[in-house]
Amino acid sequence: MAVVTEEPKAGFRLGMLIYDTRYRSITIQIVVLMLVMLGAAWLIDNLLRNLDALGRGISFGFLWNRAGYDINQTLVEYTNDSSHARATLVGLLNTLLIAVLGCIAATVVGVIAGVLRLSKNWVIARLMTIYVEIFRNIPLLLWILMIYTVFTEALPAPNAFRGDTPAASMVLFDTVAFTNRYTAIPWLIFDRSLGWLPLGPLWLNLDLALILAALVGGFLINRTILRRATRIQEATGLRPTTWWQSLLALFGPIIVVFLALGTHLDSPSLQGFNFTGGLQVSNSLVALWLALTLYTAAFIAEIVRAGINAISRGQSEAAFALGLRPGRTMNLIILPQALRVIIPPLISQYLNLTKNSSLAIAVGYMDLRGTLGGITLNQTGRGLEAMMLLMLIYLIISLLISSAMNVYNNSVKLKER
Amino acid sequence: MKQSVFLGTLAATTLFAGMALAQGTSTLDTVKARGELNCGVNTGLVGFAAPDASGNWQGFDVALCKAVAGAIFGDASKVVYIPTTSSDRFEQLTSGKIDFLIRNTTWTFSRDTDLNMDFVGVNYYDGQGFMVRKDLGVSSAKELNGATICIQTGTTTELNLADYFKANNMTYTAVPIETNAEGEQQYLAGACDAYTTDASGLAATRAAFADPENHIILPEIISKEPLGPAVRHGDSAWGDVIRWTMNALVAAEEFGITSANIEELATSSQNPEIQRLLGTSDNLGAMIGLDADWAKNAIKASGNYGEIFAATIGESTPIGLARGLNAQWTQGGLLYTPPFR
Repeated sequence: MAVVTEEPKAGFRLGMLIYDTRYRSITIQIVVLMLVMLGAAWLIDNLLRNLDALGRGISFGFLWNRAGYDINQTLVEYTNDSSHARATLVGLLNTLLIAVLGCIAATVVGVIAGVLRLSKNWVIARLMTIYVEIFRNIPLLLWILMIYTVFTEALPAPNAFRGDTPAASMVLFDTVAFTNRYTAIPWLIFDRSLGWLPLGPLWLNLDLALILAALVGGFLINRTILRRATRIQEATGLRPTTWWQSLLALFGPIIVVFLALGTHLDSPSLQGFNFTGGLQVSNSLVALWLALTLYTAAFIAEIVRAGINAISRGQSEAAFALGLRPGRTMNLIILPQALRVIIPPLISQYLNLTKNSSLAIAVGYMDLRGTLGGITLNQTGRGLEAMMLLMLIYLIISLLISSAMNVYNNSVKLKER
Repeated sequence: MKQSVFLGTLAATTLFAGMALAQGTSTLDTVKARGELNCGVNTGLVGFAAPDASGNWQGFDVALCKAVAGAIFGDASKVVYIPTTSSDRFEQLTSGKIDFLIRNTTWTFSRDTDLNMDFVGVNYYDGQGFMVRKDLGVSSAKELNGATICIQTGTTTELNLADYFKANNMTYTAVPIETNAEGEQQYLAGACDAYTTDASGLAATRAAFADPENHIILPEIISKEPLGPAVRHGDSAWGDVIRWTMNALVAAEEFGITSANIEELATSSQNPEIQRLLGTSDNLGAMIGLDADWAKNAIKASGNYGEIFAATIGESTPIGLARGLNAQWTQGGLLYTPPFR
């Protein structure tokens, strides 16, 4: 019996890239990647060459030209002499405003609706089912348009508030006026305003910064007080009374700040064609906000319901056995555990809401799509550039939201030790 | 996964690339080979370009499409009307989806140069105006300080409005809207005090109201809006066809050639100018790659400039526009065609 023992050949032959199963998959992946990149390069080259042939090479220089148009809602200083880049910033801030307002309201409404849908009260549970099914299954654009049209058609024009026997009157002690253009509400005026602090393109409003600092400070003090109370409770079994301390901590600083700034309310009054003074919250903002909130909240309600259903009944039975009331069971036992099921899909709802806010164009709310992707695009004719920039900005906003929410998710998810 | 990314990229980029297809042959040859003219018109502005009750496109701009089709094919019906919005009209033209654009488009410096279009003339001299309700008690645009104004976004009117209010030291709130129909709805609901666009557009919009007598167009015209057809930049041979078809319609009115007497004049007229225009002497058509009777066919499509004006937007129509600047130069207007020789 002749046993041929061949020495395993050391070294590497080119053929092994194809015939050796250890390398084959890597080879295939690299080849495919190269083909994909070549294909993309060819297509992009083709695009650039054709644009050049049309004399329309890619250039972002238009961003620094004078915009020339006015925007009806500006959170930062903007005139029609500002640049297109500035108009883009105004649009971006408007987008962020609606996104933040929408996410907060949608979460509140969604959690309440989701919990109520599981209520033992038959009527409430069915009402919530109806709400969820109606809002989830009708396109968002229709809701936005419907709410806006209702505002436009049903509310009186500012003109109707005029005269000795006006057809419409202001509500809440003559301080708030609902019109078919905006809602005029009283707003804070600071007699001893601190003005603005220039910080690059964004100017920091010192009044606003001080108020925010007072709010956050009050919140932090309150948290310290509550922690101390918990420590005492754990040590002695008795929880000290803290409600007046909490009230003082939460509202004390802000009241001091308001007094220091010389705050008083400025009420709107009809002058000329429109109301002046106070703050005018445009109907396009409110309609968009309501529609985005109610639509997204319907989805969030379902996510919350699924999260709660995912917690085994044993948990609530155990809580009841310990004598916890249903409300506390929900807040202390069920919701904290449900959160780890709720948060991941909630992130995508926040992303959806932010992206859906680009439907603002339908009601003339000047968001990013309205300024950069709308008027700037039309006035400069730089369609490709504006759209690429728009996509990039939305991508960045979405990635930021998603990474912030992932950080939060990591803090609430089940800790595995 | 990789493959789907590749296919996705391929699809996306082909879209962009297709948009920018190089124009190898002249547009006139392309149109002749296709047998149809792709005409980019308004999505619907009564009097200028809008489908009538039976779905046929009618209007002042549409008449030029018909005239060009007549000049090329001898048949005014060989037109495909492609509605364009104020925001996509330039892309439609540069991408080659339409052969030329005739959509109440203002000829401006930047559009002519930076956007790579060539405006070949002016078919309507317009200007921006304001419409308000009569009961608002406003008789001049100077009284509009603080007003809320509805405006079509993406148009030159947006910039004019900003300039005008700034120059007069007044403020306003803009309600941006996408289409004329939406503007009408907002204006009628009182969501804006005034509606602003080209004066001709205001007249056309008002004509469609249930109570046109309760609305007035303010006397101030705050801008120059020469509206005209545009072709792609560098497409000069094709631009010549559009320009001279338009000039032929104007010249026809000047020489008194109407759709009623054109056949008679073509055979019997002794006026050398009319003979040259109608192709009975000198073959002018050959110089722009068309038949000898191109201008005759163009005029036959819907009459001369004056006839088209009277039939679509003139004083006897609901829109009721006066000739004003759009009269012949001999009548104190601005219509002045270079000589046909």
